[in-house]
Amino acid sequence: MHEQHVVSPRIYFAIFAALLLLTLVTVQVAAIDLGEPEIFFGKRVPLNVVVALVIACVKAVLVILFFMHVKYSPRLTQLVIGAAFVWLFILLAVTLSDYWSRGWVGGNPGT
Amino acid sequence: MASPTTGPRSLLAHHFADLGEQKDATTLGMWLFLAQEVMFFGGLFLVYTVYRFNFHDAFAAASHHLDVKLGAINTAVLIGSSLTMALAVHAAALGKRKQLVVFLLLTVLLGSAFLGVKVVEYADKYHHHLVPGPGFSGEALHLEGDRARQAEMYFSLYFGMTGLHALHMIVGIPILLALAVKGWRGAYSPEYNTPVEFTGLYWHFVDIVWIFLFPFLYLIH
Repeated sequence: MHEQHVVSPRIYFAIFAALLLLTLVTVQVAAIDLGEPEIFFGKRVPLNVVVALVIACVKAVLVILFFMHVKYSPRLTQLVIGAAFVWLFILLAVTLSDYWSRGWVGGNPGT
Repeated sequence: MASPTTGPRSLLAHHFADLGEQKDATTLGMWLFLAQEVMFFGGLFLVYTVYRFNFHDAFAAASHHLDVKLGAINTAVLIGSSLTMALAVHAAALGKRKQLVVFLLLTVLLGSAFLGVKVVEYADKYHHHLVPGPGFSGEALHLEGDRARQAEMYFSLYFGMTGLHALHMIVGIPILLALAVKGWRGAYSPEYNTPVEFTGLYWHFVDIVWIFLFPFLYLIH
């Protein structure tokens, strides 16, 4: 029989505290205008959006690794989860690059 | 009591070598379902992102109408329900029957509190005529014409995305209650607790969707 990995409740409480803290941080940061510096190939980047999304991603990773036990899961399960996010990345990247680049060339951009 | 892996009431399906292999296969299947859910919600977030770029000002005005405090409270409530769910899975893995039932019921309680806050928020949108459809009016947002139509698009996405998220919770709560009843009757043990485990995965996934909905809808102006 496979060994069942039992995570200590102490880790769950620590993750819970970290998630609450990150929620507090994201709410506080949203109230401050961080501006839109030109840092991405001369494009203006709204820093508030970047910070909010980075915090959300960190929170999601904490939930996935510890609450959902992926840190202790078999390699196959981890591979499937990784692949899921690759597909999501393709969905987002291809569609957004299309919308972003429309009108860059002449003629009818189709919008 | 008979061995859990042999006899007519065996917990082990005949095509698996042992309970560990069965559990790994079930967990993998659950993750494939969740991978599909990631694509499903991912598409909705994508639509929101595209419209937010196109109708930036109207979307900002509309999202300012949302109550960040209620959204933050609900985030904390849902994170709390994820904690109690994780503790329920832990109790099931150790075969602690009473703890399992208590944590499952706490999860149901917190999930219901989340939905209750959602009802308050939806009622507020209704009173301000912000529900998309013939009754929609941009007045509460001081928007008219095209801008009002664009704000209506925001609220279509708001109700669509939070509504589908809430639907996932409405589906999850009866499942949690069923687990609590079966758990009380002693259906789960350190050898067999897979239903608790994969319902936990589902519940945590719903939590993750909200972790992204909160900044997208409430915080980014």
